[in-house]
Amino acid sequence: MSAPVLELRGVAVQFGGLRALAEFDLSMLPGELVGLIGPNGAGKTTAFNAITGVYAPTSGEVLVAGVRVNGQRPHAICRRGVARTFQNIRLFRDLTALDNVRVACHHGHLAGIVATLLRSGSFLEDEARITRRAEEFLEVMGLSHRRDELARGLPYGEQRRLEIARALASGPKVLCLDEPAAGMNVSEKTALMALIRKIRDDFGLAILVIEHDMRLVMGVSERMVVLDHGVTIARGSPESVRRDPKVIEAYLGDAYLAEKQLSVPPAAAGEPGQGTGR
Amino acid sequence: MTEFLQHLVNGLSVGTIYALIALGYTMVYGVLKLINFAHGDVYMVGAFVGLYLSHALGVDRAPTLSKAAAVFVGAMVVCGVLGVVIERFAYRPLRSRPRLTSLITAIGVSFLLEYGFQLPGLIDTDPPFPPGPTPRFFPSPFERVSWNVVGISISNYDVVSLAVAVAFMLGLQWVVYRTRFGTAMRAVSFDPQVAGLMGIPVNRIISGTFALGSVLAAAAALLVAGSRPRIDPLMGLMPGLKAFVAAVFGGIGSVPGAMVGGLAMGLAEEYVAGYLASSYRDGIAFAMLILLLLFRPEGLFGRVQAEKV
Amino acid sequence: MRGLRLVARSLLPFLVALPLLVLLQRGTEQAIAIILVNVGVNVILAVSLNVVNGFTGQFSIGHAGFMAVGAYTAAKITSALADQQIAYLAPALSDQIIFAGALAAGMGLAAVAGLVVGIPSLRLRGDYLAIVTLGFNEIIRVVIENSPFLGAATGISGLPLRTDLVWVGMGVVATVVMARRLIGSTHGRALLAIREDEVAAEAMGVDTTGYKVRAFVIAAAFAGLAGALLVHRIQLCTPRTFTFVKSIEVVVMVVLGGMGSVTGSVIAAAVLTVGLELLREVEQYRMVAYSMLLIVLMLTRPTGLFGTREIWEWLPRLPGRGRPEGGAR
Repeated sequence: MSAPVLELRGVAVQFGGLRALAEFDLSMLPGELVGLIGPNGAGKTTAFNAITGVYAPTSGEVLVAGVRVNGQRPHAICRRGVARTFQNIRLFRDLTALDNVRVACHHGHLAGIVATLLRSGSFLEDEARITRRAEEFLEVMGLSHRRDELARGLPYGEQRRLEIARALASGPKVLCLDEPAAGMNVSEKTALMALIRKIRDDFGLAILVIEHDMRLVMGVSERMVVLDHGVTIARGSPESVRRDPKVIEAYLGDAYLAEKQLSVPPAAAGEPGQGTGR
Repeated sequence: MTEFLQHLVNGLSVGTIYALIALGYTMVYGVLKLINFAHGDVYMVGAFVGLYLSHALGVDRAPTLSKAAAVFVGAMVVCGVLGVVIERFAYRPLRSRPRLTSLITAIGVSFLLEYGFQLPGLIDTDPPFPPGPTPRFFPSPFERVSWNVVGISISNYDVVSLAVAVAFMLGLQWVVYRTRFGTAMRAVSFDPQVAGLMGIPVNRIISGTFALGSVLAAAAALLVAGSRPRIDPLMGLMPGLKAFVAAVFGGIGSVPGAMVGGLAMGLAEEYVAGYLASSYRDGIAFAMLILLLLFRPEGLFGRVQAEKV
Repeated sequence: MRGLRLVARSLLPFLVALPLLVLLQRGTEQAIAIILVNVGVNVILAVSLNVVNGFTGQFSIGHAGFMAVGAYTAAKITSALADQQIAYLAPALSDQIIFAGALAAGMGLAAVAGLVVGIPSLRLRGDYLAIVTLGFNEIIRVVIENSPFLGAATGISGLPLRTDLVWVGMGVVATVVMARRLIGSTHGRALLAIREDEVAAEAMGVDTTGYKVRAFVIAAAFAGLAGALLVHRIQLCTPRTFTFVKSIEVVVMVVLGGMGSVTGSVIAAAVLTVGLELLREVEQYRMVAYSMLLIVLMLTRPTGLFGTREIWEWLPRLPGRGRPEGGAR
């Protein structure tokens, strides 16, 4: 039994009077594929932001490979091994695809400013190494032919893939994908599902996916967590979550429930034990 | 004690002027997110328009209250129009561009006014237009009378200036919070796109905002010209800068903030110059600015702009 | 052998430039040389400011403040050592060495100023940063004007005439080489990433604050160099040289040339310096023309002459250079 690569213990994010995320627990082992779903405004991206350091959690802890990272700046957390993509694509639009990926390559020894300005041998080696690495990731995502094109000129689907390539290039242990399929058509989504699994198989990452497309996220995830208004309302396998009345109510409303004559069982939602730490 | 009160009176007097100018900066920033560098120079233009009108109406020879009022109103109208023109031709085309572009254009307009007014005269008016760099003297509409109240020296100019400035500020409060225009202005300052979708004529509101700010700047200039009659094309630099700092202090974009900031600036200046050394008078503004931006950039009443990730 | 290759690679531009500059200095008449020195100073200012405004996408409009720090530092050193010689050296050589030391000190202190201004300010965004840099520019000027040690408003006069085409030319080469080497490197790409999308850059592991400060410090150092060179040509160091208007002139050069384009900054600086020289006769109309140029430029072509492109993107690749490095294209 290996150690979790990402752990969230009781993470809460509060903005003044608004509780965006309440007591969120999560534990992921290397290689796990977890889906995070919930209606709009449920707190999914907030959870991502708490993990990656955009927000410092109001309470609770975030641990990456056993090391506490909450409160650190995003770039430090990235170097600890967390990478992400964004709901609204945030590429470096006026840089080439290659440069977008190269920015994220910061592992290993890096020539300092002085060596850079002198154009020392170690600088040249670093540059070659970084360029090779970036090219490899472009290849993995099928973007080699776009190497020297500006990111802003790429078609939408390729922009999404480029964002993933860039995130991968930072060498993460955990990859957080925020609505990676938004705006894609059916065949692109199918290809994306295969790609996500391939990334997990080839790189051994833990992957956390926010998605609204149920077919995609349920097809890709091994287990799921459901948020509504910041609260975790369900956990478990895709099948159990799909049938969970609380989840159905959150998405479709209690009128639907009444019509289908389902009911939400009383007692606390989000029982601990399911899907944590295994 | 009398010294303290004297500084208080002087500080309020100066502060209300800064407040009037600061309101122009803050309102424009509110609706356009633009620092209108040219605002201090609109203040200067107000003073000069007042000068030209005064000479045309013969205020220096035979001053009357109605003539003074005409000069006042005339200068405000001209500056209001100037503000609208500047916005229409220099800022509006750049609304979709990055902010640095508009900032530079604003600086360009500021320089144009400053250096344009320093050119040698072309049109034969009294004084010639452009007036050139030499300072001119603003004629006094009425005799200066000083009273000594509990040891403090107050002049009728101070009283009028204070009264008029306060009246204007109250008037602006009413406009911003009790009229449809004011509501529209505040809507545009929150989100111009959505305001437009709600049926607000955004361009007209923005023009109106510029007009309003410029009118107040002209009023400020004329109130100052009464007690400090020496005017020159660069007179807008320091007051403009100080008023801007005052606006930032109060929270740029916030109308009550600009008023509070202006008064605070005036009082701070008076007290520091009075109790420490008068050579530090101009440095106060900068020191306030730096401290402010280091510790509370959003100012007293400002909102912190968070970026959605 | 490896060390020798390193030296050759690093210093090649300087080694090539030096003899050319010496020839230029010998062969150019005084009046033209003065204009060229001014052009050189402005090129250094524009390219260094471009590192902050163009590469990193920040709003710095107080560059003249850092010029002043460098200028006054160098001025104090050369005037203090005016009658001194380094023992056992010919006077001319000794003067040059002292001048080099003064320039280095000017750059160093300007870099420190960049650090002092940069660290607290770079938390601020956009307009606020612009205001702080402007405020800093003015504060420096006010401090100088109130400081007898620095000559107050009259300044320090009687500085030795040390700046010539060779010095300025080497300064220009150093600045352009710095910018070129920076942009085509990991660190340069980090700066560009910050400009493009600071949030994403941070999320990809770029220490955005650290890099912004570094860009600021580098730009400030070279501004200090420009200031030190300038005052040793006009032989006078007064606060009037380093006002907000000067800062804006540099900003205009950067914007005119295209923010992010080193080539653009060089050409715009040259064009504007020469242009302003030619208009010197009509002093009053100069600034009016300048301000109208600003407005028209922003309305018609705000990306400047070159946008973010560079001339070396069109030049054939020199043998042995390997892959073209990053930058915007």
